[in-house]
Amino acid sequence: MIIALVLALIVVASVTFHLLSPWWWTPIASNWDYIDSTLIITFWITGVVFAAVVLFMAYCVFRFHHREGRKADFNPENRRLEIVLTVATGVGVAAMLLPGLFVWKQFVTVPDHATEVEVVGQQWLWNFRLPGKDGRLATSDPQWMGPDNPLGINPHDPTGADDLIIEGGELYLPVNRPVKMLLRSVDVLHDFYVPEFRAKMDMVPGMITYFWFEPTRTGEFEILCAELCGTGHAFMRGYVQVVEQEEYDAWLQEQLSFAEYAGAASQPERPTRLAEGE
Amino acid sequence: MGDIRHEAGAGLPPLEVPDVMPPHAHGWWGRYVFSQDAKYIAIQYACTALAIGLVALVLSWLMRLQLGFPGIFDFITPEAYYQFITMHGMIMVIYLLTAIFLGGFGNYLIPLMVGARDMVFPFVNMLSYWIYLLAVLVLVASFFVPGGPTGAGWTLYPPQAILSGTPGGQQAGIVLMLVSLILFIIGFTMGGLNYVVTVLQARTRGMTMMRLPLTVWGIFTATVMALLAFPALFVASVMMLFDRVLGTSFFMPMLVEMGEKLSYGGGSPIAFQHLFWFFGHPEVYIVALPAFGIVSDLIAVHARKNIFGYRMMVWAIVIIGALSFVVWAHHMYVSGMHPWFGYFFATTTLIIAVPTAIKVYNWVLTLWRGDIHLTLPMLFALAFIVTFVNGGLTGLFLGNVVVDVPLSDTMFVVAHFHMVMGVAPIMVIFGAIYHWYPKITGRMLNEAMGQIHFWVTFLGAYAIFFPMHYVGLVGVPRRYYELGEPAFISTPVGGLNAFISVAALIVGAAQILFLFNLGWSLRHGRESGPNPWRATTLEWQTPQTPPRHGNWGESLPLVYRWAYDYSVPGAAADFIAQNDPVTIRPAGEQP
Repeated sequence: MIIALVLALIVVASVTFHLLSPWWWTPIASNWDYIDSTLIITFWITGVVFAAVVLFMAYCVFRFHHREGRKADFNPENRRLEIVLTVATGVGVAAMLLPGLFVWKQFVTVPDHATEVEVVGQQWLWNFRLPGKDGRLATSDPQWMGPDNPLGINPHDPTGADDLIIEGGELYLPVNRPVKMLLRSVDVLHDFYVPEFRAKMDMVPGMITYFWFEPTRTGEFEILCAELCGTGHAFMRGYVQVVEQEEYDAWLQEQLSFAEYAGAASQPERPTRLAEGE
Repeated sequence: MGDIRHEAGAGLPPLEVPDVMPPHAHGWWGRYVFSQDAKYIAIQYACTALAIGLVALVLSWLMRLQLGFPGIFDFITPEAYYQFITMHGMIMVIYLLTAIFLGGFGNYLIPLMVGARDMVFPFVNMLSYWIYLLAVLVLVASFFVPGGPTGAGWTLYPPQAILSGTPGGQQAGIVLMLVSLILFIIGFTMGGLNYVVTVLQARTRGMTMMRLPLTVWGIFTATVMALLAFPALFVASVMMLFDRVLGTSFFMPMLVEMGEKLSYGGGSPIAFQHLFWFFGHPEVYIVALPAFGIVSDLIAVHARKNIFGYRMMVWAIVIIGALSFVVWAHHMYVSGMHPWFGYFFATTTLIIAVPTAIKVYNWVLTLWRGDIHLTLPMLFALAFIVTFVNGGLTGLFLGNVVVDVPLSDTMFVVAHFHMVMGVAPIMVIFGAIYHWYPKITGRMLNEAMGQIHFWVTFLGAYAIFFPMHYVGLVGVPRRYYELGEPAFISTPVGGLNAFISVAALIVGAAQILFLFNLGWSLRHGRESGPNPWRATTLEWQTPQTPPRHGNWGESLPLVYRWAYDYSVPGAAADFIAQNDPVTIRPAGEQP
């Protein structure tokens, strides 16, 4: 009989924890508040189902536990009840799935005016590349990687010379401008994950993945790697600085282009891990 | 409603093949070690699985020590931590859960429940166990080789799984892991073919498919699925082994590791993920379906009531089994696969919630107006429903593609799959062991130890995994050796993590009490008699307890009714065994 009480208490405790505990998602800093809304809908629907099923069980145990002389009903099937429950479940599932697919449509539809930013992952740090004045990123491939070409930019691609190279983990983005993150890895799987942006995507060597978002408030946001990438996985951190346009433009001015970078590489003191490569 | 009951006493089909007693083994070795009796093979499987499960338990303690109390235990390096989580996951999913449900319960229960004398291929069945044991030994060996076991995560995603940045990647660890998996699959296939053919071909007279206990339906369907799903893991393992040992590039694109160009090129890491999850998602149901089947029977027996909606339950099992082959890429929403896959896999994944929900409804409706005996098997069955409903519902978050995006690769996922395919099926395993131990040994498990075990395990496991969802919701990624204090966390999760770790240590300790009970009751348990739970299914009707080789003595049992004639109106007792030829008049008809 204690079990009936405990089952009911589990529901009460779970709901209380959900409503009162301080552990909740971090405030959003991107346009994906639709994702948060879909999550809230899902919490409500699933929460009601959980409470209903477990409380029903608790009641059954309380009401129908064995006593002397008690005999169970014989009741193999009830077609009507089974159909009603199936349809109700279908409706509940649709109520979660449809908004989910609607938001997914937005998630995978990159706005035409989104600017491209490339993130290049390697064990265990973040590098970035921004298009130069031509607005285009050159093609790339690990085969081009070397001391003066840490991101493997195709040296024969004429659009590459003005690409800006940012080594070592701090990316600036202008606030309120949609950005398409092009994700690339030179060694193993990584995953570009900033909790405040909600979006994340794996980075896969040999291919370019992407997602888009629009930063909606300024500030410093930590980048974590969310796909196990070896022993340094937990220490692979970086930062995104979301800033006003003027500050962003000023920061851009300070970055080296691929052409400048290749020149600077001849100076031996420039620190790069890739210099040890070839 | 009446149609099932009318089956009672219906004419039995004639004997199609002569009843042959399997040859008895001579000598101690043949009977107890290289046994071809499915019941012994079952016990060998279960004991091996529990033994290696104990290793996984200790590994979970170690990883929780690191997560709950970071920086305190110097011997837990990042390398060691990733080795702990990898081996814990792999052991639990493959070497414990799959092996104990199919090799353990499948071997013990299928022949007895369908009224067969043994599995149809006893020698192959024996080989199945010995190859499984070899697979386990190879796995254990990887703890003792230079570099230790692989730390690639149980998903073994390339390229990192075979590169030097991952523990065991360029040493023997990953090689032994892959070899062990290959062996496991070979061994499983031998057993699996046995289970399927036995269910299809060796049922006794009168045991139609729609009279099978749901336990057999669950194990049967899971085995069919496993025979179709494991080959995907098999080829993935072989190809990765080639990539690692022979330098092929099935899964390896051109890459630069630590500034050094490797000689790989042209392979696809995502291809591995598709193969892995083509196996990996059905694997969830390979573990879940036997649990579904067994828990249905536990609830029916201990609530003294027929399972509600038997035919719907059978079809739900079959439909879930089929659908589970078209949902695999919901593990890969943020893998970089084409985003349009998201529509398809989110839809199939949420559709699978419908037959699953039907099963839950039918379990709780079986309790309605039952005569619920709160025995240990029933308590564990109730605990299963709570944890399964909880874990199943959080699956609706992760299956719904866009909701998955913020949650994937966080502790929310860890909490979800532990609740739904860790805790819930393990509750069923415990319930099943308390339920069938009397048949296997002739003695009851100690009740007092069992009660302590139940309460600590159920409440403790819930206390571990329910709050863990919120750690993930905060944004804490999984597989993090050390999180530090990133700015996105407004309320530190350290205290919550310490709480979870303490709960895990306590729950783990309770399992040691359970293992002790298994041994202690063997000698000191109360004698159970042949049918202590007054159950209808055939395994409780054997002439001897424990059943002897050949199971049924002189003649095979004949089956006259379905497995759920509990509390039939007009019957003398509150159960009628499946092999009882008594005819009960249809409801409403006066004698």
